Parts: sequence; structure tokens; C-alpha cells
Amino acid sequence: MTVGLKLTPLSIVGYSNMKIKIKREEFTEYEVDLENVTLLEVLNEIKTTQDPTLSFSSGCRSSVCGSCSVRVNEREVLACSYHPKDGDVIEPLRNSPILRDLVVDMDKAYDFNAKAKAWQSSLSKDVALTPEDEKMNEIQSDCILCSACYSACPVYAVNEEFLGPFSLTRVWRYVSDKREIDSKDKIDVIQTNGVWDCTLCNECTVVCPQDISSKADIEKLRARSSMAGYMDPSFANFGGGFGSFDGSPSF
Amino acid sequence: MQCDVLIVGAGGSGLVAAINAHESGAKVIVLTKEYPTRSQTCMAQGGINAALGNAGEDSVESHIANTLKSAHGLADESSVEFLCSNAPKALEWLDSIGVPFSRTDDAKIAQRKLGGASSSRACYAQDYTGLKILHTLYDRCLALGIEILSERYLLECITNTTDSNLDVSGVSVLNKRSGEVEIYSAKSVILATGGYSRVYNTHSTNSVSTTGDGIATAYRAGASVSDMEFVQFHPTAMKNSAILISESARGAGGYLLNSKGERFTNELAPRDEVARAIDDEILKGEDVFLDIRHLGEEFIDEELPQERKLARLYENVDPVYELIPIKPVAHYTMGGIEVDKNSQTSIKGLFAVGECSNHKVHGANRLGGNSLLELVVFGKQAGENAASYSKNKSQHISVDSSTCSLVDDAMSNDTLINFYEKQKELGELFYLYVGVKRDKSTLEEVKGKLLDIKKDVAKMGVEDKSKIYNTNLIEFLEFKNILEISELILLGAINRDESRGAHYRVDDMQEDDSRFKAHTVINSGVLKYED
Ligand SMILES: Cc1cc2nc3c(=O)[nH]c(=O)nc-3n(C[C@H](O)[C@H](O)[C@H](O)COP(=O)(O)OP(=O)(O)OC[C@H]3O[C@@H](n4cnc5c(N)ncnc54)[C@H](O)[C@@H]3O)c2cc1C
Ligand code: SF4
Ligand code: SF4
Ligand code: FES
Repeated sequence: MTVGLKLTPLSIVGYSNMKIKIKREEFTEYEVDLENVTLLEVLNEIKTTQDPTLSFSSGCRSSVCGSCSVRVNEREVLACSYHPKDGDVIEPLRNSPILRDLVVDMDKAYDFNAKAKAWQSSLSKDVALTPEDEKMNEIQSDCILCSACYSACPVYAVNEEFLGPFSLTRVWRYVSDKREIDSKDKIDVIQTNGVWDCTLCNECTVVCPQDISSKADIEKLRARSSMAGYMDPSFANFGGGFGSFDGSPSF
Repeated sequence: MQCDVLIVGAGGSGLVAAINAHESGAKVIVLTKEYPTRSQTCMAQGGINAALGNAGEDSVESHIANTLKSAHGLADESSVEFLCSNAPKALEWLDSIGVPFSRTDDAKIAQRKLGGASSSRACYAQDYTGLKILHTLYDRCLALGIEILSERYLLECITNTTDSNLDVSGVSVLNKRSGEVEIYSAKSVILATGGYSRVYNTHSTNSVSTTGDGIATAYRAGASVSDMEFVQFHPTAMKNSAILISESARGAGGYLLNSKGERFTNELAPRDEVARAIDDEILKGEDVFLDIRHLGEEFIDEELPQERKLARLYENVDPVYELIPIKPVAHYTMGGIEVDKNSQTSIKGLFAVGECSNHKVHGANRLGGNSLLELVVFGKQAGENAASYSKNKSQHISVDSSTCSLVDDAMSNDTLINFYEKQKELGELFYLYVGVKRDKSTLEEVKGKLLDIKKDVAKMGVEDKSKIYNTNLIEFLEFKNILEISELILLGAINRDESRGAHYRVDDMQEDDSRFKAHTVINSGVLKYED
């Protein structure tokens, strides 16, 4: 055995080229000759062979770390699972400050998890969970914090302090867990800038790569809130007198 | 910025250490070059080992025996004992903070079989085990109010020499957002920065950030590293993408087939053996496939939903109906920063934990499911010990200087050579010649090529001159770490004239206990074998 390598050259020649536009300081067009690849592979190709200044985030390459969310043709996708096509327009996520090119600052978005107290309030002991108990939040705990839902949610245009889809899903993940003994505290926290601020538009569900519906989780939290004696403030403003009826489907 | 315990890395091991240091009363800061939940730990699929006996009989003794067998004489027996006997408690703790494990019908944590294990020992949460553990740990850190600073890249460990002892006093990091070098002074520092499988570039299941930064940094600061030549190749990564299909697929009864549709090996043997068996088939010109069709759609959707999704997305096959093309790629690095029984490195006050450390529990070949376990068991130990070390240290040693030659050099180098090309080239060389099988003479040749690349480093640099979020700069610094790590791997592999576990030398196929039943320890370029 001797050491020898046949490396395929990194620079690309050929014609069946694909052009995509990437939003940087201004929209910039790049051309690559790749087929059957993910958008992340295309971005890597551009960075390593054409333009090392292009900035984006990635990690796992396998749709589980939530690093690489971007918008393609105005829809949130994971770059590592999206297969791009000629003419695509790539932009950074919305609702978070752009650091550079496709990279946004997630600190504020992630801080909502702490504001919403999305954790188990104390250590549990000897609580036995059945498969049915575990199913209560199996899907919600699949969340990869990619923030696609946060970017797609229209409420931020009017309320920057809205706790938002993934944080509320996370609250449901803990509230629905038998090991949580103080779910009342969590329900209290999500009354302001929380469950009632959502318009139930379902945008978050549509873009979630993990098939989570924050909208559905928010509806469940509304039902729980009603059970805890809270009501939809918009009804309260009408002086409603409907008791705990909140207009959402009951469970 | 000042704190008692500074933790670099926010994967499973870093967060467990943070929680324990915090609960021991220390002021803790955690730094990560990504965000915590983006750490590679989220990728773990198969499970975490503990002899709970929830799915058939099991015992701590069998767990220890299986681990030692797989380690080929290179694990430390008392460390393995510590790991395995603390496993049930570790799982109890994970359960108590809310990790949503899959459950058995009688309301216990579900367990399944992985390779090399005598029982169904791996506790799991579908095939999202790492994701769910990592996120729950993160939520716990938020509950405790632990300070976590994201997007800080570790540059150097800052040390002092007192009474001819090397002592850590803090770290310098590059704030990716501002481009400024920041200094953090701390009474003790824990490195939890993960492994180095990305030396193999795209021939690895790992996250792109697994570039051995912490190991290279500690080594530069004067710490010893050990067993660096032991790199585990996972038998079943998908052929095109190198994305992992979990061992739990074989544990559940999946077959390995060649192009003729024949089975050719015991699918549940330890990983080094299975990887070599596959390599043999590939060298014969066969394609190799994983077949889980007979497990049925219902089982696959319930137990292995992520595997189905990944196979469809990245290989364009539906494993319910089709074979999955696979190949072995670099997956886990057994070597790392040398630590003692307290998780402390050879630099005082500097601790290391997780995949970046070598706690000598995996030896020459890690058992699937033991790594997540290691994060929790030794994370606790490292956190507690770093906290108590910091208590005994009266004051901070002042550290200043806010420039860093690493960054300045990178920015002022010429850019005549594209380092990305060199990185790719090195990855290919390592995959072909420092992989599943090795040969002394070609290892030497690879070393020659590596030294050539190193000689040219001054001609490789950063084209992007921006201060703000310069990933070109970060990737260049990671590449330089990869070069250092590569040299350490080669040094270990060339000198170890035997075959043991994951280190398989075709020119020397026997285990040689008389000379090599010992750890390869390297400090400042000097290699020694130690018991
Ligand atoms: C696909 C896959 C599947 C796996 N499945 C299993 C399994 O089923 N069971 C099992 O036991 N093990 C499994 N493993 C192995 C296991 O997941 C890892 O060994 C483990 O997660 C490593 O954890 P860690 O805390 O040491 O480091 P990581 O999770 O890798 O985290 C490293 C942290 O350090 C930070 N960091 C790194 N460099 C720097 C720097 N320069 N500056 C600042 N921060 C830095 C990173 O940002 C990150 O936060 C799997 C691994 C992979 C890749
Ligand atoms: S809920 Fe879905 S879209 Fe929102 S962060 Fe989690 S995984 Fe992403
Ligand atoms: S359903 Fe609610 S949380 Fe989801 S996008 Fe619409 S407003 Fe936002
Ligand atoms: S790189 Fe991890 S989700 Fe895309």
C-alpha cells in the first residue's frame, strides 16, 4: 500500500449550474454545479471554494441540532435537510437580530425559555411513568430549538415580548409531565405575553421540521389556564361573564 | 470576568459539571463556541447504559465485564467499576430532572440492546436519547440560573508557574459576535469540549464542530494527552452522507448484508470487529447494506423514527422497504486529555471531562451507550472537584493581555493556499490510511504529508478580514487544532507496533501485552507508555 490520493478538485466545472441568491448586505448571486445535495452542502461549497466570507451556522448536518435554520423563498427550512433548486432565494430568520449574512443572534429568543420557566420545578422522586404518560410530551420533547417557529410567528410584529411558540411548547412539555408537581406556577407565568397573545394562525406548525404544533400546545395550555381560573383577557375586557370559557376547543 | 469554576463546552458533560459545581456552591460560568443545545450530544441516538435490569436480567458486574472486554486490556479497572456502579444512580438523577425516557409497560425506563452488551442495558428516549438528555440538562441549568455565554471560541488556557507547578488561572476566548478577545479569570477550569473525529473531515458521523479544540489547547498549555491513536469507527454510517444509523437498529435484529444479499459477520460483536468485517467486504468490491425491513413499520416508527427519517432524507431510501447502503466512518475518539482519579489534568486546577478527556473507561474500543453515561458520572465528579478546588484557592491570579497571537497570526498570514483544500486532503489521507486498518510504512508517509502541510501553514490564512462573526477565522483556528491533533494520533499509531481494539495494524496483527498493555501518554512531544 502506498499513500496516494485521487482528489476530486474542489473547484467546480460544468454547465448544469444552479443559481441561488443569498441575502447578505445585499442580495448576492452564487452559481454552483452540484446535484442532489442539501442547501447546507451548497453553502459549504460556496464558502470553501468561492467566497470564504459567506457566514452561516451549522453543526450536526442531520436535522437535529437546530443550527442551520434559514428562510428559502420566504419559508423557514433547515439548510441541512432542504434540497435547493435553481432560483432559490435564501435569507436569515426573522424576528432575531442579524449578526451577519445568514447568522442571527438567538440569545433573546432562547431567553424566553427562562422567562416561561420551561423546566421541571423540583427534582422528582419515585414517580412511575407509563408509556402513555411518556406519550403526553414525546413530540414536544423532540424540539431542536431551531427557532423556525419563532421566525414564522406573526405576533412579534406587534409584541416583541411574546413568549412564543417553542417556549410555550416547552412549558406544555413540563406541565404535562407527571413529575411536575407545581404546574400552577407555570400556568401563572404564561398569562401575560403568553397563551392569550397567540392568534392561533398555525404558521408555527407549518414550518416545524419536527412536526410539533405549538398552536395545539398553546390551545392545551389555554384549556389548563381556564381550569386554573384564568380567562381570555379579550373576553374579560368585554366584561364577558362566561366564567372560564375561552373559546378554544375543550379537551 | 471572574468566577470560581469556568466550564468550556456546553454538551452533556459540560452542563452536568456546571450543575454539580453550582450545587456545590461555586460561582460558575459556562462558555461554548455554539449554543448549548447545538452541542454534538444532541446527536446521540442509541442510548445510555446502566444495569437496571428493566428488560431482562442484568448486573453491574456484567456491565463492568462487557466494558473491560471491549477495552482490550487498556481500561483502568477501578475507573470502569466507578462508572458502571454509579450508572443506576446517574439514571435515577436524569429521571428526576425530567428526561423523557421511553418506558416499559410496567412503568420503568425502557432498555434495549447495543453491540458488545450481554443484556438490554441502554436506556433510551426513542432514538432521540442525546437530544432529550441535553435539552433537559439545559433546562435544568436555566432553572438554577447558571450563566451560559454562547458563541465564545476557546483560544488558550492561561497558566502560571508556582513552585514549579503549572497552574491554570483562566482562559482567553474569541467572542465570535464582536471579534474581540476576552479574558476570563477563574480559580479552576473544566474543559468539556468534545472529541476529534472531524480530523477525518467528512468521513465522520460527528458534528462539524468536533475538532479537538480543547485537547489541542490543553496540550499547548502543557497538559498531557493519552491514547490518541484510538479512534472508533462506527460500522453503520450511511454511504453518501456519513450520517449515523444507530447501533440500536442492529441491536433490534438488523442484518448486515453484502451485494449478494449474504450476511457476513456477527452484527452485535464490538464495533472494531464489525467495522473490520465491513472493510474486508468493501475491499473485496462488495457494497454493504443494513437491512431492518423485517423489523416492520410499526416497530421502526415507534423505536427508530429518526433513523427512518435520516435514511429517507439523506440516502433516499425507506428502510421499511429498502436496504440502507452503509460504510464505517470515524465516530468516537477514545483518546484525550490525560486525567487522574479526580478528573484533574496534569495542570493544577485544570479539569477535563467528556469525550475530550481520557478517563480510561473505554480503553481501546468504547462500548455503545457508555459515552453518555461517562458524561453524567464524570461530569458530576469534575464539577464537584473543581468546585472544591476553587474553594481552597484563596484568590484569583490576575491575568491580563487581551490580544492573542493565534488570532493576529491567522489574520496576517498570506492566503496563497486554500486551507479548506488541505483540510479535505488530510481527512482523505486519514480515512484511507489512519482508519479501520493501518500499516506502519503508510502511517509514516502520511506523517510526511502532514508535516508538509504544516510547513505551509504560514501561506494559509483567513481571507475574510471582518471582525464580526468571522467563521472563516474560526474554521482556520479549528484547522490548526486538527493539524496538532493529527500529529498526536500519528505519533501514537506509529509507535504502537501491535493491534489492539480500534488500533489495527496489518503489519502487526497481534496484541502485544508485554510491551503495549499500557497507555500512550504524550507531553510536549515526548511519548511514554504508562500503566
Ligand atoms: C451521531 C452520534 C451518535 C451517538 N450516539 C451515542 C449513543 O447512543 N450513546 C452514547 O453513549 N454515545 C453516543 N455518541 C457519543 C456521544 O454523543 C458523545 O461522545 C458525547 O455526546 C460527547 O459529549 P461532550 O459533552 O463530551 O461533548 P459535546 O457534546 O461534543 O460538546 C462539546 C461542547 O464544547 C464546545 N466547544 C468545543 N470546542 C470549543 C471551543 N474551541 N471553544 C468553546 N467551546 C467549544 C461545543 O460548542 C460544545 O458545546 C454518539 C455520537 C454521535 C456523533
Ligand atoms: S417547535 Fe419546531 S420549529 Fe419551533 S424550535 Fe422547536 S423544532 Fe424548531
Ligand atoms: S399559532 Fe400562535 S404561536 Fe403559532 S405562529 Fe400563530 S400566533 Fe405564533
Ligand atoms: S446542521 Fe444541525 S440541524 Fe442542520
